[in-house]
Amino acid sequence: MVGIVVVSHSERAAEGIAEVAAEMAGDTRIEPVGGDGKGGIGTVPDAIGDAIDAAAGGTDEGDATDAEDRGDATESDGVVVLVDLGSAVMNADVAVELSDAEAVIADAPVLEGAVNAAVAATDPSATVESVREQAEAARDIEKL
Amino acid sequence: MTDDGAAVVAAVDAVAERIEAERDHLTRLDSAIGDADHGGNMARGWAEAADAARDLNDPDAETVAKTVGKTLMAEVGGAAGPLFGGSLVFAAGELDEGVTPETAVAFAETYLEKVEDRGDARVGDQTMVDALTPAVHTFKKSIEVDDVEPIEALAKAVDAAERGVAFTVPIRARKGRASYLGWRSVGHQDPGATSALIILEELLAVAAERLDVDVPETDAASPTIPDDDPEEASDDPAAASEDD
Repeated sequence: MVGIVVVSHSERAAEGIAEVAAEMAGDTRIEPVGGDGKGGIGTVPDAIGDAIDAAAGGTDEGDATDAEDRGDATESDGVVVLVDLGSAVMNADVAVELSDAEAVIADAPVLEGAVNAAVAATDPSATVESVREQAEAARDIEKL
Repeated sequence: MTDDGAAVVAAVDAVAERIEAERDHLTRLDSAIGDADHGGNMARGWAEAADAARDLNDPDAETVAKTVGKTLMAEVGGAAGPLFGGSLVFAAGELDEGVTPETAVAFAETYLEKVEDRGDARVGDQTMVDALTPAVHTFKKSIEVDDVEPIEALAKAVDAAERGVAFTVPIRARKGRASYLGWRSVGHQDPGATSALIILEELLAVAAERLDVDVPETDAASPTIPDDDPEEASDDPAAASEDD
């Protein structure tokens, strides 16, 4: 299963976007992460790294034995990371480089991309690449 | 503690102290074109980094650099965290055999490359790249081509960085928050480039102090006049010098 991480400068924005995307996400793991860790606006690479691990199934839902018990569907097929602006992109980039999980950043608008990614991730044959591609297709969404 | 490790700890200390002293200056620069947090963020981050470096038990240079990078990454907000800190974490690996002229050049090149890639910035974008690029190029050439003493190479690099900082003033920002200002960013000195210069100045001061020499008076201008047709110049500065 492909996991999704939503990164925003605002923790509440990340949570809200994850909430919207979760409507379409089935049992896909969506991890919101944001804020400077002190209640302010910003992002922290370590926190993003933890969210990537959680979305990959590493720490969120129990240990490896649990994952094995639940069968193949819970094994991680990687993580697609949605980001908002500027330094959030850089911090996500650092987190991806330092993470052991297979993670990629989608070059997409964060909310529309997260919704697209959530839908794509419910496909049983979804891969990191197919989910990223669908997230990036959100760049072409026209609203009027 | 290895000599190199101790030297890097001393350098980090000096940087932290100087950044604290320049906190208001950096904040003023940032308030003109950004969100006025650069001075405070850098001061807090470097103070934490200096504490973390001092707490290490008998570290080598690589360990100190990596620890400082990780601390900056976690403590300095905004883009400065991943740019100053994240780049340091990756470039630290070049110091695994200690600090020599060769490893220092490799470190500097890797650091610049990481900053450019991460920030997607090039010379002329009104960023710290404008200070670092001339500094790293001048340092590399001074070591590899001109074969000057490392302390003089570092002094030339600082001079080059100073010119780079001056170069950020009359150009338009194309990266970072200042780029949202468009043409209004023209006429302002980039805070990130200024911090990069401050860090280099302190590295030079600490190096001179530990070598017990005066800081050489020098400028970045080349002591050598190239014979080659610039069109044919190689990317490898050492290759170009073989014809001398």
